[in-house]
Amino acid sequence: MRWRLRVDPTACTGHGLCADLLPERIELDEWGFPIVHGDVPAGLAAHARRAVRACPALALRLESARKEPA
Amino acid sequence: MSVHQDAEAGARGHTTRRLTVGWQHAGRPARLREHLDVYGPLPSGRRGHADPRSLVDAVAAAGLTGRGGAGFPTGTKLRAVAGRRGRAAVVANGMESEPASEKDQALLARAPHLVLDGAALAARAVGADTVHVCLDRTRRHQVDEVSRAVDERRDEVRFLVHELPHRYVSSEETALVRWLNGGEARPTATPPRPYERGVERGPTLVDNVETLAHIGLIARYGPRWFREVGRPDAPGTMLVTAAGAVRQPGVYEIEAGTRIGDVLALADAADVDALLVGGYFGTWHDPREVAGLPMTAAGLQPVGAAPGAGVLFALAAGRCGITETARVLAYLARQGAQQCGPCMFGLPAVADDFAQLAAGRPDGDVLRRLDRRLGVIPGRGACRHPDGAVRLAASALTAFAADVRAHAGGRPCPAAYRRSLADLPIPRSEGEWR
Repeated sequence: MRWRLRVDPTACTGHGLCADLLPERIELDEWGFPIVHGDVPAGLAAHARRAVRACPALALRLESARKEPA
Repeated sequence: MSVHQDAEAGARGHTTRRLTVGWQHAGRPARLREHLDVYGPLPSGRRGHADPRSLVDAVAAAGLTGRGGAGFPTGTKLRAVAGRRGRAAVVANGMESEPASEKDQALLARAPHLVLDGAALAARAVGADTVHVCLDRTRRHQVDEVSRAVDERRDEVRFLVHELPHRYVSSEETALVRWLNGGEARPTATPPRPYERGVERGPTLVDNVETLAHIGLIARYGPRWFREVGRPDAPGTMLVTAAGAVRQPGVYEIEAGTRIGDVLALADAADVDALLVGGYFGTWHDPREVAGLPMTAAGLQPVGAAPGAGVLFALAAGRCGITETARVLAYLARQGAQQCGPCMFGLPAVADDFAQLAAGRPDGDVLRRLDRRLGVIPGRGACRHPDGAVRLAASALTAFAADVRAHAGGRPCPAAYRRSLADLPIPRSEGEWR
């Protein structure tokens, strides 16, 4: 099962915890906002969930990779 | 604002009067009776008995695409809204927040009933009982005239004319829905898109007013008629705004697929150094690069351009494209919804880079910095505002490459400090979002 990380850009306030917890998939731009490389392999899913839970703005989501946005 | 439909232009074979037929009532909107004299009655069938699916099918067969900028197939959107459960609504988007565009203002000022026809038909097709007409509240005269047109009509659907804040991103479809639901006129993250969940959480059709006007014609004359002009992949006519270094600036109705050089000839373009295609989310080009290309999505795609809302802005010879772009980028940076970090911080940073470049006083390696910033900003906002601004900035670096090198090296062109009437317009805007 593959997962995708998504940021709600209007909710994100650039705390940056996600990049600390999941540096394999998330880096910060020069303004402190996450650049997310969305695909999350099964091996990283637990770390990704931890990053999602840690987001103080509840802006990070983990979705099934099959669910395509409209 | 001027509207062009002179006989000479028509004889050259590039203009076709459809939306603009009734525009001889120069300076004022066609009243309902004048409108019906020109176009005939709406094919309503017997009251309540017209098959809603037939309009959707006709619009789909006509191949009409959205005229607000995105160019999405209108039939597909109609079908999506009609097929969903819940109380549907229709939004007629007449905000026209693109500063270089005047076509929707011209259309509403001459043929409001054509727009309202299309909106009423679309409402019937998707099962909506209300049409929300969204207008810019700084355009008092337009609001009055459209309200007057609404008062003349007796439709089954109800028309509500709304006055929204004047901001660049307020015309974005999710911003309209958010405002209509009692919120601020700022875009929201998608999904859900308005067709899924819009006004009062019901499926909502948001269409540009020109798109609706075409629906009003397709319903009367059919998809085959609609396709008699234009191209198979871009049928019908479209309104364009020609501005800048042209002797006849204003709004023209052209056959879709008309070459850009022919549109410039209609507007009697002067000595043009560069061309902004599509508006402030558009791209700069050498006129020789695009003159032979049709003004369609497919025709412009090879050079990375798009028709957008049908804007052609000609930069006069001797003007500085970097300075003009810097002014527009500063405007776009201020006009963001201040919701998404990459846009809130990224666009002012890019605008500042361009200001340094325009002045020929770069701080550090401005081109390397721009290259990095333009690479990371797109695709990370709730709406396409950052993407559009970045597209404009990137195209300026390419189209004005020689000037960019000179400016970056501390040698700005002499035109960098000049102002002229043919500069790109920078509107003032109100600070409010409600």
